[in-house]
Amino acid sequence: MFAFIIRRIIQAVLVMLVISLVGFSIKAQIGDPVRDLVGERVTPEERDQMAEKLGLNDPFPVQYVRFLKNALHGDLGTSFIYRKPTLEVILKHAPATIELVLGAALIVILVSLPLGVYSALKPRSLLSRFIMGFSTLGVSVPVFLTAIMFIYLFAVTWHVLPSFGRGETVDLFGNNYWQTGLLTIDGLKHLLLPCVSLASIMLPLFIRLIRSEMMEVLETEYIKYAWAKGLSPKRIWLVHAFKNTLLPVITVFGVQVGIMFAFTILTETVFQWQGMGFMFLDAVQRADISLLIAYLVVVASVFVIVNTVVDIMYGFINPTIRIAGTR
Amino acid sequence: MSHLLEVQDLEVKFALRFGDITAIDGVSFVLDKGEKLGLVGESGAGKSVTGFSIINLISKPGYISKGKIFFKGNEISSYSDEKMRKIRGNRISMIFQDPMMTLNPVFTIGFQMVETLQAHRKISKADARDIALEKLKKVHIPSPAQRLSQYPHELSGGMRQRIIIAISLLTEPAIIIADEPTTALDVTIQAEIMDLLQELCESDNMALILITHDLGVVSQVTEKIAVMYAGKIIEYGSTDQVVKNPIHPYTEGLIKSIPGTVIKPGEDLVQIPGMMPTLTNIPPGCAFNPRCYLKEAICTTKTPELKDAGNGILAACHLK
Amino acid sequence: MTKLQKFKESYFLYSFKHDKVAITSFIILITLLILAITAPWIAPMDPYDADNIDIMNSEIPPMWSEKGDSSFPLGTDNMGRDMLSTMLYGLRTSIIIAGCAVLLQAGLGVFVGLTAGYFGGKIDAILMRLADIQFSFPYLMVAIFIGAIFHVVFGVGSYERLAVPLLIVIIGFAEWPMYARTIRASVIGEVNKEYVEAARVIGLSRLTIMIRHVLPNSLTSVMVISTIQVANAVMSEAALSFLGMGMPVTKPSLGSLIQAGFEFIFSGSWWITVFPGLWLVLFVLVINLLGDWVRDVLNPKLYKG
Repeated sequence: MFAFIIRRIIQAVLVMLVISLVGFSIKAQIGDPVRDLVGERVTPEERDQMAEKLGLNDPFPVQYVRFLKNALHGDLGTSFIYRKPTLEVILKHAPATIELVLGAALIVILVSLPLGVYSALKPRSLLSRFIMGFSTLGVSVPVFLTAIMFIYLFAVTWHVLPSFGRGETVDLFGNNYWQTGLLTIDGLKHLLLPCVSLASIMLPLFIRLIRSEMMEVLETEYIKYAWAKGLSPKRIWLVHAFKNTLLPVITVFGVQVGIMFAFTILTETVFQWQGMGFMFLDAVQRADISLLIAYLVVVASVFVIVNTVVDIMYGFINPTIRIAGTR
Repeated sequence: MSHLLEVQDLEVKFALRFGDITAIDGVSFVLDKGEKLGLVGESGAGKSVTGFSIINLISKPGYISKGKIFFKGNEISSYSDEKMRKIRGNRISMIFQDPMMTLNPVFTIGFQMVETLQAHRKISKADARDIALEKLKKVHIPSPAQRLSQYPHELSGGMRQRIIIAISLLTEPAIIIADEPTTALDVTIQAEIMDLLQELCESDNMALILITHDLGVVSQVTEKIAVMYAGKIIEYGSTDQVVKNPIHPYTEGLIKSIPGTVIKPGEDLVQIPGMMPTLTNIPPGCAFNPRCYLKEAICTTKTPELKDAGNGILAACHLK
Repeated sequence: MTKLQKFKESYFLYSFKHDKVAITSFIILITLLILAITAPWIAPMDPYDADNIDIMNSEIPPMWSEKGDSSFPLGTDNMGRDMLSTMLYGLRTSIIIAGCAVLLQAGLGVFVGLTAGYFGGKIDAILMRLADIQFSFPYLMVAIFIGAIFHVVFGVGSYERLAVPLLIVIIGFAEWPMYARTIRASVIGEVNKEYVEAARVIGLSRLTIMIRHVLPNSLTSVMVISTIQVANAVMSEAALSFLGMGMPVTKPSLGSLIQAGFEFIFSGSWWITVFPGLWLVLFVLVINLLGDWVRDVLNPKLYKG
């Protein structure tokens, strides 16, 4: 198991190195660190001096190593829009996005598990057909369209839910860092539509995945044997089949939570949700290269870490892998 | 006095898109307390389906379309699922073909043993573990206590089959149905497992239905034998008589294809030409007729009934 | 070989004829494609031509509502363009971009997959490792990121002028690993088969074997992927356009139409965004339904009632 974890971590580090190389190459090509620091009103001589001082005339590998060193110390450059270290800007926007993704993930779990299991157990029932039809339709609707429909119905037509922003937030740790919307009714109301929209992309996929995994498991010999042992249907479905279904689903879930981060860019745009995605688009529109690259590195790290943790977790849950790792 | 198990004119069909096909066609046999019956035939002859019909666990889209099954005089073929569950794994246990696939990979041996007991008895976890341990000892598993906390993949195939046998013993059933219990195992282990099964049946006075394609194994273990071909029993009688003096040309062919039985060293083994028909195109008349060396006109027109052929053997052949 | 081909075709046809969903989807898809191709001739007006547009006609609701106008059956948008025409042109733009992007993906993927399979060893390891890394990130994220970089490099003005080729490149680069992996997998699978051995014995070069023998055998899987990839590409294009990294409103795709209509939904002009939205969903839905069907037919093993 230990060897397995180490191998997985080395892999993750390699991936991060590749990502950082790509990120840095882009930054070195099109970025302008001098402007990031002092703005555009400097003479060409001053620019040259600054460039020399910042080491911009050094060979590429030297600069890359410096970039890596700084990145390890949490320095990913300076955002020229916000005039602050990029990491600080990103972390400031992170809580909003995290709350959005967590909410959506929770909805996905709570809805897709029962529906997926049900449609696997009763594939011919009317409700199962309806669920499957709905999930085919679901994958064909872009998330921003779902979001717009929600706004039109719930906010514009019925006036029951707010259409944008985070609503009333409270300071979670008392250090003015994590403003949470989870603790106020207004905040939760604002969270509802964005979370459901975001969840709507993953729901069809998960319902189908859980259904097909479960159906496959139900066909196995060990399930047939469980019947032959005279166990109750409830126990066979909810203990035996369910645990075997969950293993592959957990792996996919980890990856999909990462994918949800990508879709937050769309959701946050529609709902003007002040999270990382919203900040990213702002950075694109105003050509803040440092912030863009920092966002790339941060999101890629989140991704790689989530993937790695999920893989390791999978190793703990699945006894077959655990043993393979130790031997 | 009723028999322990009585299967009467069992018919099983599979509902396929283009219509039903018959997998089991009028199978009848009886089993008494402690008796060992061998169900022999090629794959596809319907022997496994017969085994699963007894505990009413045929895979979809199969269903019992006709016939009755009695267990201790009760017609269990008409039982509801809920009622049947109290028989399955309790009074009638089953041993599956491939021990590598039979145990759930994500639960420990102990878990899978305890839950079986708890499904049928009101019993504490600790007591259930004690019984599990006792049964593991009974199937001669080395360091049994340690096995309880192990996962199936940590054990070899032969070991797993022993555990499955131990699971089937937990509730002290009246009948064990063993579906090709040794086919997936190494040859050396096959004999050990067969010996174990035989020994346990005799010591606990359990009845055994041994489903196999291996007539050699059956002849060593069981007292009675039923030979199946294309969904029908074509010969049924005491193992001694059938092996010594087979009536049906198919049985005869099977026996002559086993080295060291009827065939003496130096003689050629007999090979039955052709293959068993698939269920969708069974020839008219006797299903065996295209492969039969005795074939006459009647064999292609009339289906032979199972009838007394002397020596206590029933056989389905027009010519004997 | 030809007999096998015929059998396949007949089975293909057979299962198609017996699947109402597939037939309906196919008919709708063909209709949509014809509408898109012939848009310049059948659309009531040319939304690209500023002379045709009268701002006085803006935000007219569909013709069945009270204030509707029968010359604009689905109403008009905020600039006074006929919705029906913009949707036909928008679909056309979306399909052109998605189609070319999938061709690019397939081209890149097949090239990388074949190269990896052909050379093997280190080149194979490096190429596939790269594909794996990219594959571990969601394609939409990659697309948005490439889009963002292009956006910054070209500036808003040139980006909008070059939007079509840029979008093709973005979506093409974002999704090639899918093809590369599939092709490589089938190359590795095919290379060990006897007919390849035989071809090698005859003395054919590896390149010839790859292109003439191995590649044709991989095309089934390429076909299966491609149906779904077209749907994905349309969605990616829409997402990019919605984020302002795609087609400009003056030459709209379905995504930019939805985006342009979004702000008017608050004033109740729902049709500007809802109609292009439904139009997009219809197109993607029929492709997905057909894709599911093709996958089931070509991979009967995967079929689960």
